[in-house]
Amino acid sequence: MSEPTQLFNVQIDGVWHQFKKGTRVIEACAQAGKFVPHYCYHPKLSSPGNCRMCLIEMGMPKLGPDRKPEIGADGKPVINWIPRAQISCAQDVAEGMGIRTDSPMVKECRNGVMEFLLINHPLDCPICDQAGECQLQEYSVEFGTAGSRFLEDKVKKPKRVELGPRVTLDDERCILCSRCIRFMREIAHDDVLGFVSRGSHTYLTAHPNRLLDSNYSLNTVDICPVGALTSTDFRFKMRVWFLKETKSICTSCATGCNTIIGTRQNQIFRQTPRENDAVNSAWMCDYGRLNFHSVNSTDRLKTPRVREGQGLVDTTWNKALVKSGEELKQFSKDEIAVIASGKMTNEELWLAKDLVASIGTSRHDIIPRTGEADDILMSTDRNPNILGAQLIGLTGEKPGLGLEDIAEGVRSGAIKAIVALGEDLTQFGLTADELRKLASLIVMDILPNDTTRSATVLLPSSAFSEKRGSMINIKGRLQRLNRATQPPGLARDDWEIIRDLIQQLTGSDGIYLIEDVFKQMAESISEMNALSLSRIGDKGVQLVEETEEAPAAV
Amino acid sequence: MPYIVARPKLNFSEKAYLPAIFSGLGITLRHFLDILSGKKKVTMQYPEEKWDAKLPAHYRGAPTLVTDEYGRERCVACQLCEFICPPRAITIHPGEIPLENRWRKVEKFPQEFEIDMIRCIYCGLCEEVCPEQAIFLRKDYAITGLTRKEMVHDKKKLYEMGGVMTGLVNKWNDKK
Repeated sequence: MSEPTQLFNVQIDGVWHQFKKGTRVIEACAQAGKFVPHYCYHPKLSSPGNCRMCLIEMGMPKLGPDRKPEIGADGKPVINWIPRAQISCAQDVAEGMGIRTDSPMVKECRNGVMEFLLINHPLDCPICDQAGECQLQEYSVEFGTAGSRFLEDKVKKPKRVELGPRVTLDDERCILCSRCIRFMREIAHDDVLGFVSRGSHTYLTAHPNRLLDSNYSLNTVDICPVGALTSTDFRFKMRVWFLKETKSICTSCATGCNTIIGTRQNQIFRQTPRENDAVNSAWMCDYGRLNFHSVNSTDRLKTPRVREGQGLVDTTWNKALVKSGEELKQFSKDEIAVIASGKMTNEELWLAKDLVASIGTSRHDIIPRTGEADDILMSTDRNPNILGAQLIGLTGEKPGLGLEDIAEGVRSGAIKAIVALGEDLTQFGLTADELRKLASLIVMDILPNDTTRSATVLLPSSAFSEKRGSMINIKGRLQRLNRATQPPGLARDDWEIIRDLIQQLTGSDGIYLIEDVFKQMAESISEMNALSLSRIGDKGVQLVEETEEAPAAV
Repeated sequence: MPYIVARPKLNFSEKAYLPAIFSGLGITLRHFLDILSGKKKVTMQYPEEKWDAKLPAHYRGAPTLVTDEYGRERCVACQLCEFICPPRAITIHPGEIPLENRWRKVEKFPQEFEIDMIRCIYCGLCEEVCPEQAIFLRKDYAITGLTRKEMVHDKKKLYEMGGVMTGLVNKWNDKK
């Protein structure tokens, strides 16, 4: 089997440490608590060593005439320092290596590199979207000089270039670190970016007749250390220092990429990936990233409504819930069907299961949602919590098998009432006219569609960014959603609505905390036994064995 | 550190204290007669009369936005004033300057710029923080309105009050 890992003794700033063979010097410094500034180095990408920001002083053991390291008075090898500074990002540690990260030479090198990088950099921080999270700004404060000695005119390069449908490029701001080029080549496998021209006139561009239109293009914006690549969607919308950041997960497919939702004044401005090596490395797809605009929509359902004659009229929560209960109690248990959603959290699904049990019906399922997978992150399954729905038992091995039966039942009149939780029923072959014929259609949703328009009771609920709860991704990892914004108008948390529906049917006491819902669920589901909502943590917990060949994430 | 205050030694007339009272009454009487006879004026008939001409150069009145000698609005919607504003009186909605505009190089401009003058405390931090020399506290101090909405100065009103400022740094002008 594998040999025991070889450890190297390395001296960093006078202190000896041990590192595994193959550790890059910059990583070794980070592990030893010594920060080395860098632009082109990215832990998930290859190291070209072209920004020169990570220069350090390096040395190897001094060899005596017998080709053995000379041992100093302290019993450690004497180090022969290399007279020139070396880059630390493209070099692995070696036995007896010496590193200085804060010697006068290193400081002077950093200062010089900063001066070179800033020679042609425009001073347009007030209009640059990167301002506030710009490494050039940060290092300029820490390692740069206050004034400029550059008297000539700065080089002019293309500005405001539409590099692709979602990315805008400002070449004057680019410091030629090539992170974006390497990302597109190594991670997105779509080698469209490159440098052209020479010397100070070098600039970044896309291949002729090609656009940066990959579904992963916005990751280049995240890793750009300066404001050269900016998101066309987020551009000039809000300064980053105003954004409140909430850790959450993406709900656009079953991969469940970890995200940070940036909000201000109850509005979502952007979503960015959050590093989690067990799920999405440091990336996420553009589709999932930009899939939040419906949450900000002005069309959102804000008030509970009930059918009166041909139209729906606004009402109070209490009246809407009482009416739902009355409607459902009119029918025998097999005249009612419950359609849940793979977009619901485990807690909501658990309560939905309870609702199904309270009604006593055997007709329940979720609507399958599939799309094309790529071999990077995106999963075939677009329901973010399909595994949760299966584990809790709202759907079987093959989701959606019961739907045809329900549709047939609606057409033949055997089903007289449907409870639709967050799904548009026209997606599995029912028409709006057929839905209208139902004696009772209780719909919980966030945006208007054919089903909400046909509802007898309409209950406005919350979007993914507005609720707390857990989901299980396709690799069987239990992850947590956190609340970033408040639901609009009178809209309420989904789990509270389902709980109230159960209360209307059974008259039992409710449950008042989402934590208690999880606790109740964890007691019944063996896989979750020792867990609580807070114990899931920011990076999730592996719950069940992987069921599908995981996407080849990175 | 405690120290002892030396008390002045009073002479007899000071100790008697009546002479001081009468001399004080005399001063009052003199001022009274001066005002009565119109020889001296102490009340300013605001708002018919105003002090405006004597306001010092550093006087901090209402914050306003200014344009430069080319008619360009100097504000680039960097939102630093919105950030620094202690009572959070400023709201900016940034926008993008269209490509056909002469100042397309600036790229960014405020679509809306609102200062809530009910909130404003005239501290002048917005002027101090502005990297574009776009916001200045002018000498308007009588900011009134009949509704709350009227007290929110929008972009149009702010430029009306601010007017043109010449002789500032013109960093966006093309050099060649």
